[in-house]
Amino acid sequence: VRTILTTLALLLVLTAATTGLAYVDLRGFSGLAALAIASAKALAVLAVFMHLRGSPRLLWTIVGMAVACLGVLLVLTMSDILTRGGLETGAVEAGPRVPFR
Amino acid sequence: MSAPAPAALPFDDPAHQREAAVLGMWVFLAAELLFFGGALAAYAGYRGQHERAFEAASNRTRIGLATANTAILLTSSAAMAGAVGAARAGRRRAAFAGLAATILLGSLFLAIKAAEYRAEIGEGLLPTRGFRWDGPDAPQARLFFSFYFVLTGIHAAHMVAGLGVLATLAVRLLRRGDPGANAVEVAGLYWHFVDLVWIYLFPLLYLFGRHRP
Repeated sequence: VRTILTTLALLLVLTAATTGLAYVDLRGFSGLAALAIASAKALAVLAVFMHLRGSPRLLWTIVGMAVACLGVLLVLTMSDILTRGGLETGAVEAGPRVPFR
Repeated sequence: MSAPAPAALPFDDPAHQREAAVLGMWVFLAAELLFFGGALAAYAGYRGQHERAFEAASNRTRIGLATANTAILLTSSAAMAGAVGAARAGRRRAAFAGLAATILLGSLFLAIKAAEYRAEIGEGLLPTRGFRWDGPDAPQARLFFSFYFVLTGIHAAHMVAGLGVLATLAVRLLRRGDPGANAVEVAGLYWHFVDLVWIYLFPLLYLFGRHRP
């Protein structure tokens, strides 16, 4: 129970931090910071609440495969979109845009 | 429920049965991850194209309510983790209390989400013919709200399904007393996954661009 409460406290602190940080101008790193905090929270949930810590290798393989597939999905989608200039006409001359800045 | 119940037929022993149940849920969650991943990839692509318009639209969402809701959902996940631990240890009352707290907090999340929807629909932000947008880039803002309502909508639908499962388990705990620790654990995995999705939806939909006036 203590581990659960410690994890919850950490998650709540990170939530408050990410909302506060959203109002600070991080010069283009706002998106990266928000996603980093989200990933830290996700790791805490996965490791403690979902018991991934100490789970058998087979389970890790499944989770790893899922994350790898998601990675392929995102990387291929973005590599297409970022290199074709624009989805709509008029955005072409603007060149590739990086989302979530 | 911690009593060493005999394993169901295809399994050699309870440990084997538990492993299979947990593994099955993880395989399902892997599929779910790609389901949400596809929608998020599309969202990321459009966001890159219409950054300023999406940020302006994003700033119209209720960040205070969303932050509160994030905290509520994370707390519900902690309660669920407690319920799973109690079920494993055979403490029925504690398991029921954990499930009840999870259901309560999950319902509170949905109630707050409904209040958000209500306010946004009242402002004409529902991306239908009645969509109202005063600033520039109205079509792009409308696109953002399409993603906003669909992404939060399918997340809410997942929560409703999860609440149904949790309520069934809670009722079984009250009546016959033994839905089995495996059932509680697998339901817990699903609930935490829904929490994980929200952990990413929250910054993606609510936070980006807040620092710009």
